[in-house]
Amino acid sequence: MGVRVQQEAFDAGAELNAFSSDVDGAGAVVTFNGVVRNDGGDMAGMEIEHYPGMTERALGQIRDEAMSRWSLEGALVIHRYGPLKPGDTIMMVATAARHRADAFAAAEFLMDYLKSRAPFWKKEARATGEEWVSSKQEDEDALDRWS
Amino acid sequence: MIDVLYFAWVRERIGLPKERVETEAATVAELIEELKAREDRYAMAFSDLASLRVAVDQDLTDFDAPLAGAREVAFFPPMTGG
Repeated sequence: MGVRVQQEAFDAGAELNAFSSDVDGAGAVVTFNGVVRNDGGDMAGMEIEHYPGMTERALGQIRDEAMSRWSLEGALVIHRYGPLKPGDTIMMVATAARHRADAFAAAEFLMDYLKSRAPFWKKEARATGEEWVSSKQEDEDALDRWS
Repeated sequence: MIDVLYFAWVRERIGLPKERVETEAATVAELIEELKAREDRYAMAFSDLASLRVAVDQDLTDFDAPLAGAREVAFFPPMTGG
């Protein structure tokens, strides 16, 4: 349980089962999986670059913040880097709490923060060429509701 | 001496992921001015600071952050995780 940054694919179902059995006593487990979209129908794939060292540190800080803000039995973040294809699972978060409100809120908080505060950068490869994905103002705005 | 790291399009524009820089810069902004004065590729990479983020010793910070005692400075575009 905690934070994992890895190139290899992972089995989200197996991760969920392992997480759920570790948080014995939680009445609510929420998970989110991020998947590579085939936007526009011409996505050949994407490359995710990250900042080794800072990535683990930033994700750890975000997870710690979630653990202190809500009454959680556990929280897990797994994020991949390297080459990915449409349909591949990029990342997952899982949260466990006694009641669902804490688990849902903490999962949303984790997603909002890791989108624009964890050092990952996506580069899409399309029929028209390669392009870095731009950050979205709405992702930045999403952080305001937690401050 | 300080390690300067570049990621994503900043790395591509400057043409390398990491370099050791001899500098007396007191702040990140001063370091950026020194780098911009070197060559066009640096001047281009740092031409729009609003599109850049900086981390000092792996913590996100501002361009006016001090560099005293810093070992590592990283420049990159806004992050796109998740």
